[in-house]
Amino acid sequence: MSKIKSYEEINRKLKSGEAVVLTAEEVSRMALEATPEEIVEKVDVVTTATFGAMCSSGAIINFGHANPPIRMEKIRLNGVPCYEGLAAVDSYIGATACDPDNPTYGGAHVIQDLLEGKDIVLEAWGKGTDCYPRKYIKTTININTINELILFNPRNAYQNYNVAVNTTNKMIHTYMGTLLPGMRNATYSTSGELSPLLNDPEFKTIGIGTRIFLGGTQGFVVWPGTQFHTTKPKNELGIPVTNAATIAVMGNLKEMSSDYIQAAYFEKYGVSMFVGIGIPIPVLDVEMAKRVSVNNSQIQTSVLDYGTVGMPKLGEVTYEELRSGSIKVGGKKIRTAPVASLAKARKIAQELKEWLQSGNFEVSKPVQMFPQNTSLNSLKETEAGND
Amino acid sequence: MIKKRYILNFPPDSGDKAMSYHLVKDYDIRINILKAEVYPGKRGSLLLELQGKKENIELGVEYLVKQNVVCEPLDKRIHFQKEKCIDCGNCTAVCFAGALTMNKTTWELEFDKNKCVVCELCIPACPLKLFKIDFN
Repeated sequence: MSKIKSYEEINRKLKSGEAVVLTAEEVSRMALEATPEEIVEKVDVVTTATFGAMCSSGAIINFGHANPPIRMEKIRLNGVPCYEGLAAVDSYIGATACDPDNPTYGGAHVIQDLLEGKDIVLEAWGKGTDCYPRKYIKTTININTINELILFNPRNAYQNYNVAVNTTNKMIHTYMGTLLPGMRNATYSTSGELSPLLNDPEFKTIGIGTRIFLGGTQGFVVWPGTQFHTTKPKNELGIPVTNAATIAVMGNLKEMSSDYIQAAYFEKYGVSMFVGIGIPIPVLDVEMAKRVSVNNSQIQTSVLDYGTVGMPKLGEVTYEELRSGSIKVGGKKIRTAPVASLAKARKIAQELKEWLQSGNFEVSKPVQMFPQNTSLNSLKETEAGND
Repeated sequence: MIKKRYILNFPPDSGDKAMSYHLVKDYDIRINILKAEVYPGKRGSLLLELQGKKENIELGVEYLVKQNVVCEPLDKRIHFQKEKCIDCGNCTAVCFAGALTMNKTTWELEFDKNKCVVCELCIPACPLKLFKIDFN
């Protein structure tokens, strides 16, 4: 009978400082010589991490009530539109939101400015009601004047992501960076063997309630992410070879750091936000030991042509090949470049490892596992569009 | 022998002077024009690689300055806010000169300004807008 560990047992070891915590990269190196049976004996928790642009991110804000109060029905923060359909003074600012006249400054920049303690101009309009008589307010807010500031990202930490190339003869600008014509470069995003959802591809330990590193503080997985897709093509190890599952995450933005939350503007695409996420994976059994042992040569991803409608797949490559500096697609050698920061992801994995080792961070058993066998609907165009 | 890149800004009345000829002939400097922009009657800018003996290059630059050419080493004209860099790698995707590369061990960005050919593709490619190049 091979070893099985419980969450309680691992947490006891973490508290007493006896637990062995490795990063996913360290355990992948260890696995070149150690068997899964040995790894489950020796290693208790493996830290995974990613730091990439995650467009489906944003923050819930409660501004507090002014006197006289206003029911905010149109809201701008430094000119960036925020959602106005949440009671009187609650709002949600999406990372990608922006004023079309000022497309390089968006919701992500407002979030970063708030994090860095800067003053933000709040402007809001209401129709005026008996209980909220005010019709207009213009004032400044900052991280200390507002009540809650909660990061809530509906879709983060994609389980694998595609490699982007451009077969056309024109340069194109995408969220995967600038793609040169004639497949003269290829960009990739995932942190490979260090990436959270590639180390637990079947979600045996990651689920609703999982405690994670989010933006420099403790956060939680609160739901499967939007576009949660578990039935995409997989390799022989059961790892998806294209973008598949995602997670929704939440945490107290007031405790986060601009080292791990970074606004970005992608040329001719728009605003996005780099988010730092780290997930501890408890090595509960041999199965999990096998999962966390995976290395870059065993993880494939799909090369897609971002220049052609429908993004046809041109091939498959491993993360080992992507990191080598060039890949071969259809016999052509293409230079590769990352668009997510492995250096930052490593820093996160290391920091999370230290939190765990110091006994200040527990691994948590999900209160609810994620659904299985999910797929996606595409948006159908009905006759309503012809009205 | 050393190799050094300079950005040269020419005054409007310098169009008829064969300065590069003098650099080669009088100072024994091997020149390589990497980028040029000429606005007749207004100004011109040149990215020039000078290869030769250190003292000859110094004399050649001195000659250019005497001709009212603003002559500055390339790295002085490239501004990169390294402290804000997140090492995402977006700029390396477009840098064909090989000036911007990822260190394959640390995966941090490395910037060898002397390899820059001022194509300026990194300026829009950087999602944090950390590059500024003063060519004109």
